[in-house]
Amino acid sequence: MTDQRFDELRLDGVGRRYGTQTALDDFTLSIKGSEFVALLGPSGCGKSTALNCLAGLLPLTTGSIHLDDRRIDTLPPERRGFGMVFQNYALFPHMSVRKNIGFGLSMRRMSKAEQRKRVDEAIALVQLREHQDKMPGQLSGGQQQRVAIARAIALHPPVVLMDEPLSNLDAKLRLEMRMEIRRLHQDLGLTTIYVTHDQEEALSMADRLVVLREGVMQQCGTPQEVYEQPANGYVAGFMGYRNLLELEVTGGDAEHAVVEGGGLRLVGANRGNVTSGPAVAAIRPEDLVLGETDGNGIAATVRIAEYHGRELSVEATTAQGQPIYFRTSERVAPGDEVVLGVPRHRVLVFDDAERAREGLVA
Amino acid sequence: MTSVGAAAPAAGPARRRTLRHRLADRGIDRSLWLVLPATAFVLVLFIYPFIYGLQLSFDPQQGGGPFANYQKFFSDPYLRDTIWKTLRLGLPAALFNVLASVPVAYAMRGRVRGKRTITTLLVVPITLGTVLTAQGLIMYAGPRGWLNKVLTGLHLVDSPVTLVHNWIGVFLSLVITGFPFAFLLTLSYLSGIDPALEKAAATLGAGPWQRFRQITLPLLAPGLAITFTLSFVLAFSVFPSAQMVGKPSGSTRVISIAAYEAAFQQFDYSMGSTIAMIMAVIMLIVIGLVMVWRATLYRGSTGGKG
Repeated sequence: MTDQRFDELRLDGVGRRYGTQTALDDFTLSIKGSEFVALLGPSGCGKSTALNCLAGLLPLTTGSIHLDDRRIDTLPPERRGFGMVFQNYALFPHMSVRKNIGFGLSMRRMSKAEQRKRVDEAIALVQLREHQDKMPGQLSGGQQQRVAIARAIALHPPVVLMDEPLSNLDAKLRLEMRMEIRRLHQDLGLTTIYVTHDQEEALSMADRLVVLREGVMQQCGTPQEVYEQPANGYVAGFMGYRNLLELEVTGGDAEHAVVEGGGLRLVGANRGNVTSGPAVAAIRPEDLVLGETDGNGIAATVRIAEYHGRELSVEATTAQGQPIYFRTSERVAPGDEVVLGVPRHRVLVFDDAERAREGLVA
Repeated sequence: MTSVGAAAPAAGPARRRTLRHRLADRGIDRSLWLVLPATAFVLVLFIYPFIYGLQLSFDPQQGGGPFANYQKFFSDPYLRDTIWKTLRLGLPAALFNVLASVPVAYAMRGRVRGKRTITTLLVVPITLGTVLTAQGLIMYAGPRGWLNKVLTGLHLVDSPVTLVHNWIGVFLSLVITGFPFAFLLTLSYLSGIDPALEKAAATLGAGPWQRFRQITLPLLAPGLAITFTLSFVLAFSVFPSAQMVGKPSGSTRVISIAAYEAAFQQFDYSMGSTIAMIMAVIMLIVIGLVMVWRATLYRGSTGGKG
């Protein structure tokens, strides 16, 4: 369905500053044709800035963007021809669904017959045939979302940019639309760049993830890489490592690190080549088990136990007040004393560059 | 809201709902008292004088039946022509104010450096009032005003250009006092349009003019219609500037001057009321035409935050 096949969309050192504030810094990324890339991070991490720079809605402060050998960052948005799906859909409220979807085609001065054919095709793709003559205001959120997607792909753009397209939908619809977008991507081979703050969405949809923090790329890799081998404590925190314990490295080797602090002593996988100094030990709640494991034992008191059906999600605190989150199928109740264990390879030890920096300043 | 009152007693005394409850269901509660001052204001200061004037206009001083004043107005060209003279001022002035406000508001929406300063400067004329504006116009654009001094001093013109004491003077005055008003209204309508719509249009290949023409203008048009009618009403009742910077005996003898002369120079209140009624009807006709046009436009949500 894509008319304009390309091999590589390349961002070189793309940066965007607002006054003294840097929204995006030295962003370099190469995207292959028909790849699905997710930009992931909390609000204010620069992911939307990156997308707007790609769409041409924001000028770059530094860097360049190339589509194969063509430099595109100097083109206005209307001449880039990228499809974009906005967070609030941005459907033209005074135009029918058909007119909305055909808007880009009529801007291209395509023949009426060709326009009709392409609009029909796009409407069929998003299954909106019975709603095609309605106005956007008469549609539900999910239907509006489909119109926005159809509008963006009717032009057969080389790249589709999606800016948190599912964040305004309810949970059930979100799951449905997630599948739908993934299906469209697979069927049409559309290169898609997808911005989200939801790591589950990013993991489930994308071929490749880019994790951003305060405008700086933290990690770029396949969902599996990012999920299993987060590059640092920040990415780990984003990937479900809810327990981020600030400890000190007291020993270990290239493979393992021993971390201590706050009455805890843990042995974990050394992910930052740290031998001393401040570190973060990252542990997923689901990796903690009741009972000491691999020499790792954390004594804690249960504070809150949330029922989740098959298991409980528990917040406990150590004697020093450090909160520990874990999941268990055992029935524990607030006030219970537990000892939690975790296998060594499930404790990721990263150097805590930030705390180290703060230490130097102080 | 179907027969709440009839159904309630049948349900038995235990489930009987109080009168207050039932009234509240229909939106009648104590907060309705808040409408009282405004209602009294409208009744005393608008409805009563209007009905009094209407009745007065059918009771001519010279006799001759209830329609004598109206017949006189429309048969006397000196009176009748004031309608065209007023329309010839009011319609172009309102149109100019609305059209000129669009590009300025377009440039002023969103975050613009110095927006507050520029907006304040544009709005100052509202606070001046027509008399001060007229004085300023005479000082600046009059035969011996600064503008003519500069123009003649530079030998750009041989004799002073006449910009006051004619149609142009009144038009300028209407623009100076009417533009800020139109601008403020247009700006608020424009801010109500979601900026993402234009961005979406841009990513779909629409250039700046197409974005304005296809997206912003259709969404703004109903607001412009309202802005136009309000601007027109302001311009149509022009009186001080028509006297001070116009030619009140000739080209700018507007309808309000005719009404003033009838009521306060000939002391024919009945005729004055007649002219006021004719004024109202003409304004209503123009407003009605604009509203009919507006009804053909899209008037739903514009996606913005208002």
